[in-house]
Amino acid sequence: MQGLEFSVVFENMNILLHGMFWTVVLCSSASLLSIVVAVVLAMTGISKLKPLRSATFFFLWVFRGTPLLLQLFLFYFGLPQIGLYLSPIITGIIGLTLHFGVYNADVLRAGILGVETGQHEASRSLGLSYFQTMRKVIIPQALRNVSPAVGNNLIALLKESSLVSIITVPELTLSAQRAISETFRPFEFYFAAGALYYVVNWGLEFILQRVEARTALTR
Amino acid sequence: MISLKDIWKSFGDNQVLKGISLEVERGKILVIIGPSGSGKSTLLRSINHLETIDRGEIWVDGVQVNAPLKGRKFEKHINRVRQEMGMVFQHFNLFPHMTVMENITMAPMLLKKIPREKADAQARGLLEKVDLADKMNCYPVQLSGGQKQRVAIARALAMEPKVMLFDEVTSALDPELIGEVNKVMKRLASEHMTMLIVTHEMRFAAEVADHVIFMADGVIIEEGPPEEIFSNPAHERTRRFLFEVFKS
Ligand SMILES: Nc1ncnc2c1ncn2[C@@H]1O[C@H](COP(=O)(O)OP(=O)(O)OP(=O)(O)O)[C@@H](O)[C@H]1O
Ligand SMILES: [Mg+2]
Repeated sequence: MQGLEFSVVFENMNILLHGMFWTVVLCSSASLLSIVVAVVLAMTGISKLKPLRSATFFFLWVFRGTPLLLQLFLFYFGLPQIGLYLSPIITGIIGLTLHFGVYNADVLRAGILGVETGQHEASRSLGLSYFQTMRKVIIPQALRNVSPAVGNNLIALLKESSLVSIITVPELTLSAQRAISETFRPFEFYFAAGALYYVVNWGLEFILQRVEARTALTR
Repeated sequence: MISLKDIWKSFGDNQVLKGISLEVERGKILVIIGPSGSGKSTLLRSINHLETIDRGEIWVDGVQVNAPLKGRKFEKHINRVRQEMGMVFQHFNLFPHMTVMENITMAPMLLKKIPREKADAQARGLLEKVDLADKMNCYPVQLSGGQKQRVAIARALAMEPKVMLFDEVTSALDPELIGEVNKVMKRLASEHMTMLIVTHEMRFAAEVADHVIFMADGVIIEEGPPEEIFSNPAHERTRRFLFEVFKS
């Protein structure tokens, strides 16, 4: 038996902080992009054009029905086969964006349908087009209404982001593993990585709470 | 200014409008009254193309609202036509995520490309007109029903419409708040705004109307100047309706 020795974590803290930095980059980009993707998919999902709607539902169905890990493998190992070479970090961002964009799209579509028809009518009667109405009136309200659910998805995104360590994105989990392979101290480093995830999560929740408080008044 | 020619509209097999024709001259006020379900809202909404009519012609200021155009061309046309009409709804339909100011300036800034300072100045003027100058930075949830409806009127006026359409704009208000909204509408009347008003408030109708139409079951039963309709209606149906309304 070896006993626990946490000082080794502090000696290698820069490795973990480096990983945490990439986790933050990865998750903030994927979070924002997943909302953009959600807006697009929610819009195409309620489009008047049947083919566009069908294509959207097929896309949602595929991404909802398959594991994130498989999707990441597909992007990382599969795309080079068709001549598309992407760096691990870009692949990771794309994978997380699409996977969670799909979840957010589901939530947002319900949010859009939940906005009263009176809002559409008031906006259209002023002379705004369908897209102007969506952009200025409907989507902002829908996003506000579903912000708690989207927030939960983003917290899930943060935690699931550890999966991209498998495609060699140098994020927090992979950094912990690297530190472990040098020091043979799994307990200490996984524990420390967990604590750092907690810190990032805490930051995210803080931001989400701020957004909630800002929009609560105007719902 | 507004001219409807033989308007027909059905929802499924429910024939709601059965050949309605009417005219509103520039600067005049037409009030439509009638029992619930008679098609008043449907008629008003058709003028704004919130409902698509089955047959007939709708003209506003020399432009056919239901022009025989297709697809994107019609979309562009209707968006332009709607900018010339202000519509006020029973349930206000203010944009809850925008301040009072933003509610009013959004459409002029977006559609007429009016710069912010100018749009803000215009909005301040409109808010004074509806007696709400002190509320410009409030959100709709912070306002009473009467205040919301006055903001909604200011929002519609901000596009400088040629006609205003009011669909029972005081029906959702507590009785003590009705007066303040009616006052704003009277002020518009004194400025010679062309208005088409659907209301259940006969006293207000009698005061502001230049012409009154009584509708029932999708047809115009009778029409005329308010004095005539309210004090000496020709039709039994109108008499019964007015009796019921004034009784309550
Ligand atoms: N979107 C719709 N779909 C189906 N039927 C409708 C729709 N809108 C209105 N109707 C029907 O059309 C008829 C006329 O309705 P409308 O709202 O125009 O009456 P109204 O005169 O405005 O009544 P009220 O005084 O109660 O507002 C009613 O029978 C109503 O049920
Ligand atoms: Mg009605």
